[in-house]
Amino acid sequence: MNAPFEGIGASVRRKEDLRFISGRGHYVDDMNRPGQLHAVIKRSDRPHAKINSIDTSAALAAPGVVAVYTSTDLAAIGGLPCGWQIHSKDGSPMAEPKHPVLAEGKVRHVGDPIAVVIAATKQQAKDAAELLHIELEDLPSAASILDAIASGAAQVHDNAPGNICYDWHIGDKAGMEAAFAQAHRVITLDLTNNRLVPNAMEPRAALGDYDSSTGDYTLYTTSQNPHVIRLLMGAFVLGLPEHKLRVVAPDVGGGFGSKIYHYAEEAIVTWAAGKLGRPVKWTADRSESFMSDAHGRDHVSTAKMAVDKDGKFLAMHVDTLCNMGAYLSTFAPAVPTYLYATLLAGTYTTPVIYAEVKAVFTNTVPVDAYRGAGRPEATFLIERLVDAVAYDLGMDRVAIRLKNFIPRDAFPYQTPVALQYDSGDYFATLDAALKHADWAGFPARRAAAAAKGKLRGIGISTYLEACGIAPSKVVGSLGARAGLYEVANIRVHPTGSVTVFTGTHSHGQGHETTLAQLVVEQLGIPIANVDVVHGDTAKIPFGMGTYGSRSLAVGGSAMVKAMDKIVLKGRKIAAHLLETDVDDIEFKDGKFTVAGTDRSKSFGEIALTAYVPHNYPIEELEPGLDETAFYDPKNFTFPGGCHVCEVEIDPATGIPTIVNFVAVDDVGRVVNPMIVEGQVQGGIAQGIGQALYESAIYDAQGQLLSGSFMDYTMPRADNLPNITVATENTMCTHNPLGSKGCGEVGAIGSPPAVIGAIVDALKDYGVRHMNMPASPEKIWSIIQSRPAMAAE
Amino acid sequence: MYDFAYHKPSSVADAVALLGDSEAKALAGGQTFIPVLKQRLNKPSAVVDLSGLGLSGITVTATTVTIGATTTHITVANSAEVKKAIPGLANLASWIGDVAVRYRGTIGGSLANNDPTACYPSAALALGATIKTNTREIAADDFFQGMFTTALEPGEIIVSVSFPIPQASAYEKFRNPASRYAMVGVFVAKTASGVRVAVTGASQGGVFRHTAFETALSANFSAGALDGIATPADGLNSDIHGSAAYRAHLVGVMAKRAVAAAA
Ligand SMILES: Cc1cc2nc3c(=O)[nH]c(=O)nc-3n(C[C@H](O)[C@H](O)[C@H](O)COP(=O)(O)OP(=O)(O)OC[C@H]3O[C@@H](n4cnc5c(N)ncnc54)[C@H](O)[C@@H]3O)c2cc1C
Repeated sequence: MNAPFEGIGASVRRKEDLRFISGRGHYVDDMNRPGQLHAVIKRSDRPHAKINSIDTSAALAAPGVVAVYTSTDLAAIGGLPCGWQIHSKDGSPMAEPKHPVLAEGKVRHVGDPIAVVIAATKQQAKDAAELLHIELEDLPSAASILDAIASGAAQVHDNAPGNICYDWHIGDKAGMEAAFAQAHRVITLDLTNNRLVPNAMEPRAALGDYDSSTGDYTLYTTSQNPHVIRLLMGAFVLGLPEHKLRVVAPDVGGGFGSKIYHYAEEAIVTWAAGKLGRPVKWTADRSESFMSDAHGRDHVSTAKMAVDKDGKFLAMHVDTLCNMGAYLSTFAPAVPTYLYATLLAGTYTTPVIYAEVKAVFTNTVPVDAYRGAGRPEATFLIERLVDAVAYDLGMDRVAIRLKNFIPRDAFPYQTPVALQYDSGDYFATLDAALKHADWAGFPARRAAAAAKGKLRGIGISTYLEACGIAPSKVVGSLGARAGLYEVANIRVHPTGSVTVFTGTHSHGQGHETTLAQLVVEQLGIPIANVDVVHGDTAKIPFGMGTYGSRSLAVGGSAMVKAMDKIVLKGRKIAAHLLETDVDDIEFKDGKFTVAGTDRSKSFGEIALTAYVPHNYPIEELEPGLDETAFYDPKNFTFPGGCHVCEVEIDPATGIPTIVNFVAVDDVGRVVNPMIVEGQVQGGIAQGIGQALYESAIYDAQGQLLSGSFMDYTMPRADNLPNITVATENTMCTHNPLGSKGCGEVGAIGSPPAVIGAIVDALKDYGVRHMNMPASPEKIWSIIQSRPAMAAE
Repeated sequence: MYDFAYHKPSSVADAVALLGDSEAKALAGGQTFIPVLKQRLNKPSAVVDLSGLGLSGITVTATTVTIGATTTHITVANSAEVKKAIPGLANLASWIGDVAVRYRGTIGGSLANNDPTACYPSAALALGATIKTNTREIAADDFFQGMFTTALEPGEIIVSVSFPIPQASAYEKFRNPASRYAMVGVFVAKTASGVRVAVTGASQGGVFRHTAFETALSANFSAGALDGIATPADGLNSDIHGSAAYRAHLVGVMAKRAVAAAA
């Protein structure tokens, strides 16, 4: 009987799911340590105010209360660090105002933490928090980007004049201007990218523990990258050396970027645990998550494309304002620069690009990377601009893309905005998507819908994105204050089973399965003999965590490198046992064989020999079979593809319904097709959420109007169509797997396809563009305000 | 939540006695009340759970459907008798919230709460229901008194609601995309004595009767009869989900659809 195929390419069922769906997952809030206390954070309900006084006496006297801390108590600890420094056009470093753990002197957004109450129960801490006497004096505030840059706007920070964090640019300004001056036409589009609340299913939580006998701290936290938290919090905030600080991120219920960052609550519970000598736990309420998790997106842009008379792109100019919120979150400055403007070539040969990006402080929650991080913003801008060019020139939307695609034979392709794409075939993904979506048959479907009184439209997006941000040297020169390699430790046990210790972190993506399949493939052992361990700095040598779809492309590649070492050592051991030269030993299907013979040793036999080295080349080789690799990629990876969306609008109400969605992506080598399909579908659900439903809405002062699920519209199952997912893959040329990444393509590629479909459905009403979310009222207003054109 | 005492009486009299404490509050399905407690927006001395009072159940006669106060939305939605007698009512219940809400939420709680975006008030008003309490019977026309306000006296408990069976009825709802409450809900009921149309979700004052629609439909019960009858936007809600003008428009659309469904 053949063993089931479980290697690369098999849709192995997710090993972790039984745990998750049977309630045996182990999340931070499930943990309780002996003697544990509970922290409740008192947050600002004002967008901007001076803290005149804080009287903690009544709270301190309340039942069960052990401590109340404000910024004065934290005077000895640092602010929350920012992990990326951007320099402005003029060479000056960005404004980097202090991000205190607890507000110092002023509060700057609704949700800004002012004080922490620690008590025996959460209930007691909540009761006591109400007894805090905090005198706030309102200050003028600015919530939107445009309000914040207006002259005379309220200043969020004294040391960021005009609320500007940085004024950055990339590309060739003179070349752009010259091309614009000579162009047949310049097409302009103003657009916004709506602000989103990440809303992971599991709210953030943190549990700090301190062992006074050893001086060891442990932080259990809902994090996508425990080593990064250890580094940032240990080195910059609390001044703790790594060997005295363990960070554990156990099962984490979704992150989408929002759990990358180092948050105040992590520092508070860790510090307080040391101070009080007792464990301290904090878990966010859902409404707290809305006002304290870093938000995503929030851009205002003007995009211009110079074209010749045939619609060939000659040059592009992008001017973007982006919202940083009230403080710089960990990676915020990188998102609208190196993860956005460097992507502006998209899938096209636009020879000259110049982009300017101004980052603006406002009295809102900090904004940072959210699923796709900069690339959805770039993709929305490019794809909407391309549609606008087609619209203005009266060209077909597919034809204009075909005319401007980077040719198949042009790879590696150097863009004018720094990136060099290693591989891709945008024609292949486009062709396949058009076929799956029956693009050609659309006019008939539109006519049929019209006969039923419905407006039907079809939209297309041919996007490109960049994953696995790297190499360390390059990102360092661009301002990253960290490396971007990944680490794998492969521990072969004496009887041949394997534990993988990876520096990436799975918070729903299925790494425990996908990464195990790499071991199956390379070492030839059944998946049942492989476990993947992640999320614990005490177990894993190091790691940069999971974001930017890097886990397989970077973390998986590190595993391959570590397994290469395992195989090489195994071959040496086999050569010894089989009394031949190491060059004669081949390793295949879990067997070390003397080439051209049937003399072989199984993987298990070699493992046992390594740990029981009775007959062993002990002079040349150490015992054991346990290897580690640090892998620093040569480049980003570049997934891309084509998404096609079809909508039907009820003109009486303006309600859009997505009737079909097709995604054909190039994600490089696929390890588990089922998981890829799930990742793409989930991403598309978020992309549809952004396009049609989600929006973090602040009033002019900075109160969050959509601060709960009663007002913030998440996409629900019944809002989503069946999504057809397919791949047309070209291999990444510079990593050993050929994989590119699939975690974000859905959220990146889909929004412009959805909006393109809405705009197409409304084309008889003279609609050229619509910003997200395309709410029923927006659509209805157009239909009812322009009835004349409908009657064509 | 703040701490409170919890009581689960087994008779209406005991419940009323417990609610004699002006700080005590009744709990039915908890779908509104529990979130309010969790957010610490209310600090009752005691919570009086009505689920032990035996007030659940549906009785249908030739002329009336009577529903006990603690009957859940799902029970009404799935009741073959209600579907037959007043299809609009069963349909309305089937579109309340999500499944979890329908399994816990009750008709008595919905009416007592009189959320301006709740669905049941429109059915009660359009059908001319009678709300029976521990002390009296109140006509729907007198019961709803503006948002979150009803004719109930402190401590008064709804025991059941009786709906006269109409000739035809239907409910159409434009759901708030986030909460899925009614952004605009219109209940249309055709009876021997004329047509009644009640609108929920749209108005700042809560559910109201749309007399212009009623007059037109009493003369001609067809969607076309509503053509050209505008709903004034004054006094309608305007928020991040929709302006007053949009809601005014939707009132007409939902009314026409309800008439078409009922006719
Ligand atoms: C996510 C969500 C979506 C929802 N969507 C909708 C929707 O689409 N349409 C809709 O109509 N509703 C909706 N609801 C509300 C739901 O219908 C509730 O059931 C209803 O608001 C209250 O009923 P309850 O039984 O849960 O009452 P509770 O929450 O227990 O009580 C509500 C109030 O009524 C009082 N009360 C309860 N029973 C009685 C009684 N017999 N006599 C006197 N006073 C009483 C209580 O003291 C309390 O003040 C939604 C709720 C949620 C959470």
